[in-house]
Amino acid sequence: MSTSVVRARWIGFQTIILREFGRILRIWGQTIVPSAVTAALYFVIFGTLIGRRIGQMDGVDYMQYIAPGLIMMAVITNAYANVSSSFFGAKFQRFLEEISVSPMPDWLVVLGYVGGGVLRGLLVGLAVTIISLVFTHLPVHHVLVILAAVLLTAVVFSLAGFINGVFAKNFDQVNWIPTFILTPLTYFGGVFYSINLLPPWAQSLSHANPVLHMVNAFRYGFLGRSDVNVVLAFAIMLGAAVILFGVALTLMRRGTGLRD
Amino acid sequence: MQALEVRNLVKQYRNGVQALKGIDLNVAQGDFFALLGPNGAGKSTLIGICTSLVNKTSGSLKVFGHDLDTELEAAKACIGVVPQELNLNQFETCETIVVNQAGFYGIPRRLAHERAEKYLNQLSLWDKRHKMARTLSGGMKRRLMIARALMHEPRLLILDEPTAGVDIEIRRSMWDFLRELNEGGTTIILTTHYLEEAETLCRNIAIIDRGRIAEADRMDRLLLKLHTESFVLSVRSPLAAAPSIAGYEVRWVDAHTLEVEISKTQTLNEVFSQLTASGIEVVSMRNKVNRLEEIFMRLVDKSGSAA
Repeated sequence: MSTSVVRARWIGFQTIILREFGRILRIWGQTIVPSAVTAALYFVIFGTLIGRRIGQMDGVDYMQYIAPGLIMMAVITNAYANVSSSFFGAKFQRFLEEISVSPMPDWLVVLGYVGGGVLRGLLVGLAVTIISLVFTHLPVHHVLVILAAVLLTAVVFSLAGFINGVFAKNFDQVNWIPTFILTPLTYFGGVFYSINLLPPWAQSLSHANPVLHMVNAFRYGFLGRSDVNVVLAFAIMLGAAVILFGVALTLMRRGTGLRD
Repeated sequence: MQALEVRNLVKQYRNGVQALKGIDLNVAQGDFFALLGPNGAGKSTLIGICTSLVNKTSGSLKVFGHDLDTELEAAKACIGVVPQELNLNQFETCETIVVNQAGFYGIPRRLAHERAEKYLNQLSLWDKRHKMARTLSGGMKRRLMIARALMHEPRLLILDEPTAGVDIEIRRSMWDFLRELNEGGTTIILTTHYLEEAETLCRNIAIIDRGRIAEADRMDRLLLKLHTESFVLSVRSPLAAAPSIAGYEVRWVDAHTLEVEISKTQTLNEVFSQLTASGIEVVSMRNKVNRLEEIFMRLVDKSGSAA
């Protein structure tokens, strides 16, 4: 690949990212604020009010225990929602054609939208982290684990959101997956509790939930505690990212939901 | 070199509709080419395949020698498209839309801003550069789509009904702009329902009907194929019936209007001589229908009856 082609592709990628960033900022009341407000409410209700009665979870203060989970929950929902709604919106209003007629290869389009999702996930994750620091102290056990876990999780859910956006035929279908799949997976993914509290069958079932691995890997980075094997958690995240990228690329190449 | 080379292009949609039934078409570099046809004839499908928005079923298509199957990115880089339907991000400003479009083609930001100023100025939109697309009028949105399509300075510009819903003044200014663009070397393919537009601007023409090319020729040659033309004459003094003019078919429309059919072998001078001899004064004259429209209707009717 010549230097000029690499440069052109880099500019194309940057353009999608800048457009997504512009969209995130333009509708900040929908993209950034809601998760920050929700996280603050969780900290007040579950952390301050109920958390006092719970005491400790897995050997740490309850507020400290749920903080990484709440950050990760915000990252997951926002990375997913950004790509699914932005891609579907572009398809619905037909301005996705601006990209479709351009010489940008399909893989770069996928990466661009995923980049936008990761950006929003990280921005909201940072906002929730700042709010959590108002309520509790967050130690850093392993900074690289924190960064790798949050980045990979954002990538995985951005890719999932992209696939949702490709298949969606109306705005209801953009909301189905977050409501009926993503929210239950997150709530049962060890955000609020350690799976050690569950009966053995429920513990085994929980291990099939990828969000549990992501949340625990992230929590391990802060607190040095995890319900799962952290190496296995990273393997799951990497595997999911590779598989979902392959699916997204295949859909783009076929023109599924885009071209007849 | 051919700007566009289409060979045996077939498109069958999943619902079974065969929109293109083996189209062959050549558009030469530098041409101003009209692609006409009634609604549902297959024009937009053909344009959709050219711009990779529609998957073809079979056949081949080359843009400046780049095969769509093997050199897709190079082919796409040569084309700029102005679609029939508005496809602007309604919440972005005019300048952002065109600068982003340049970005998708790998054009550096600084150059993109220079071109944005150039094309938005040429299309009288520079003073609207900070306005969101949704606040523009229909004509402005059409011009914005043209500016957007030009940002990577394509060698082939495809315009699918660019002047639909645009008032006459703006339409004429868009014609001037497109003429200049073509004179500057850009090959243009135009689809339009305004046949006067095609006749005024284009040098070559293809008429597509029911997924087949009904006619493809030079515009002047095609117009020569018209054997008869109808003229509408307005007369000064009221007439109770059509006057008799030897060798010509004259119809009485109303007291001040006559219609005369004239074949290629006849002349208008003879009509006027005979009318003058009968004491009838003609105050004005016009073609009954646009010449291209007449050919278009005949070809489309013929292809319809053959189907």
